Amino acid sequence: MEGHEEVQEVDARGYWRANLRIMAVLLTLWFFVSFGLGILWVEPLNRFKLGGFPLGFWFAQQGSIYAFVVLIAIYVVWMDRLDRRYGVD
Amino acid sequence: MDVQAWTYLLVGLTFSLYIGIAIWSRVRSTEGFYVAGRGVPALANGMATGADWMSAASFISMAGLISFMGYTGTIYLMGWTGGYVLLALLLAPYLRKYGKYTTSEFLGDRYYGQSARLVGALCTIFISFTYVAGQMRGVGVVFSRFLEVDVNTGVVIGMAIVLAYATLGGMRGITYTQVAQYCVLILAYLIPAAAISWKITGNPIPQLGFGGTVEEGANAGRFLLETLDALHRELGLPEYTGAWVPGKKSMVDVLAITGALMVGTAGLPHVLIRFYTVPNARAARWSALWALVFIALLYTSAPAVAAFARVNMIQDLNGVAYEQAPPWFRSWEATGLIAFDDKDGDGRIRYSGDPEANELHVDRDIMVLANPEIARLPAWIVALVAAGGLAAALSTAAGLLLVISSAISHDIGKSWLAPDMSERRELTLARRAAGVAVIIAGLFGIYPPGFVAQVVAFAFGLAASSFFPALVLGIFTRSTTREGAVAGMLTGIGFTASYIYWFKYVDPTAGPESWLFGISPEGIGTIGMLLNFAVALTVSRFTAPPPDEVQRLVEEIRLPRAG
Repeated sequence: MEGHEEVQEVDARGYWRANLRIMAVLLTLWFFVSFGLGILWVEPLNRFKLGGFPLGFWFAQQGSIYAFVVLIAIYVVWMDRLDRRYGVD
Repeated sequence: MDVQAWTYLLVGLTFSLYIGIAIWSRVRSTEGFYVAGRGVPALANGMATGADWMSAASFISMAGLISFMGYTGTIYLMGWTGGYVLLALLLAPYLRKYGKYTTSEFLGDRYYGQSARLVGALCTIFISFTYVAGQMRGVGVVFSRFLEVDVNTGVVIGMAIVLAYATLGGMRGITYTQVAQYCVLILAYLIPAAAISWKITGNPIPQLGFGGTVEEGANAGRFLLETLDALHRELGLPEYTGAWVPGKKSMVDVLAITGALMVGTAGLPHVLIRFYTVPNARAARWSALWALVFIALLYTSAPAVAAFARVNMIQDLNGVAYEQAPPWFRSWEATGLIAFDDKDGDGRIRYSGDPEANELHVDRDIMVLANPEIARLPAWIVALVAAGGLAAALSTAAGLLLVISSAISHDIGKSWLAPDMSERRELTLARRAAGVAVIIAGLFGIYPPGFVAQVVAFAFGLAASSFFPALVLGIFTRSTTREGAVAGMLTGIGFTASYIYWFKYVDPTAGPESWLFGISPEGIGTIGMLLNFAVALTVSRFTAPPPDEVQRLVEEIRLPRAG
């Protein structure tokens, strides 16, 4: 593989499209967890309990932040893989 | 040793550490001064970003604010962390791939001309000064309470420290002191948080204790949040965990404020610049992850601290005879930040949701600082909190001063006023600009303009409505033109600034019924941002497309590797 790197033309368009797909998925989840579970649907979710937390309240003050960390972690690992696959790292 | 001796010891030790790092990391080139020579490892940059981002407001004020707001405190918790998802996915790797020194410089190159760059530089200076004033004030408050020096002396000492490491070491000095400051501030936040959580709920992890049960007292065995809701009901206050109850913000306002804070975070120049200091685009992505991990440690503890402080405060003070008030009440009463007004003359403190009957006034800013005393933790922990508050304020101040200095020396000086300036002269100018900025910031701390507390809305609103759309369109579209971007930024800023100005200064008593869609000035940046996008895209359709070399620049920054 290494020897081919110089001659291999980078598929910039394919790389960018794959990147946009990953972004769209992760940003949708980002919106769903924060604005959705933490704000829009907080009252219906509060009818459920997570230990001593009303569920909507937990998403608003704890869960969404954990979700943000997980979303970026997925992005970082996924993009590293994509970089390698398209030989742009 | 008493609290004051401990505080002198810990503050003295941490300050010598910062000065030592400053001397070790002096720089001689503009690349070193502006972007730390681009050699900062992702993990270290994550820590530095955490300290850069978490200011006196996060450390000192946030838990206190949440403690009074309950559910609505969510706007800060999600607003100030969710922006990192946008930063990591939409901006950090591409700005790093572009390279060079400032965010405004990217705007200038992408939008081919001085106009976008100048708008960017002026916004940077304005946003950063409004922000830095609050930091210096925070330094002064900590000094006056814990070291019993005058607030102004505290500000001057803080200025001297920042001056030393910001002018000597530039970004390199700032980065490595921020790493040290992160460690100090996170320990100073988590140790008392764990101790209080253990004391109240029997679980030393605040994130879990928050959802646990109360250990002792009248409410033993009951869930902490349930207890808090019950206490609130008794006092005639809206339930702590309740969302859309009377007396709290409306759903549309919570959505808008959270949005404005998220997008504003992703557009703040002193945060963006941190991603220029790592070796490559991949490291920029990883450092965004580390940054949020380090920030989340504090941000997931803060709401727990808020709830513990709330329970402690109500149980310690409500219905207690003034003569028997705990010692922490006395020491804070002396600073004027807590006050008792015996309206019914029975000598007992009465806390109530009814402003007519309420006899207790507590400044929100003291909750974190007073918390260890309220929970009767040992003196060294109280002192550690003081050192942590100083670390949080100084690290953010230094990051802000650096972007002010680079906006002046690089975006305005080098590129506009004196393009043929040598690197040595530019470096001298950058150092002087940082020096002058420190002094102005200090003056803001000593003579706080009445509007300081309110201008935070300005800083986030403007960052959201100016930088963010211009940067995103610059990276994700090839067709956005100079005219489009500049028109968009001016519309966004113009709209947001006039709205905030109107409802904060001209007609500050107007309530939600006169706000646009019920959105408060704090949240209007979200609308400003949408306007910016709409105007930029529309105008771009009717103006000549960007030149070929700009389109090539866009293609290039999208790939982590050159070619």
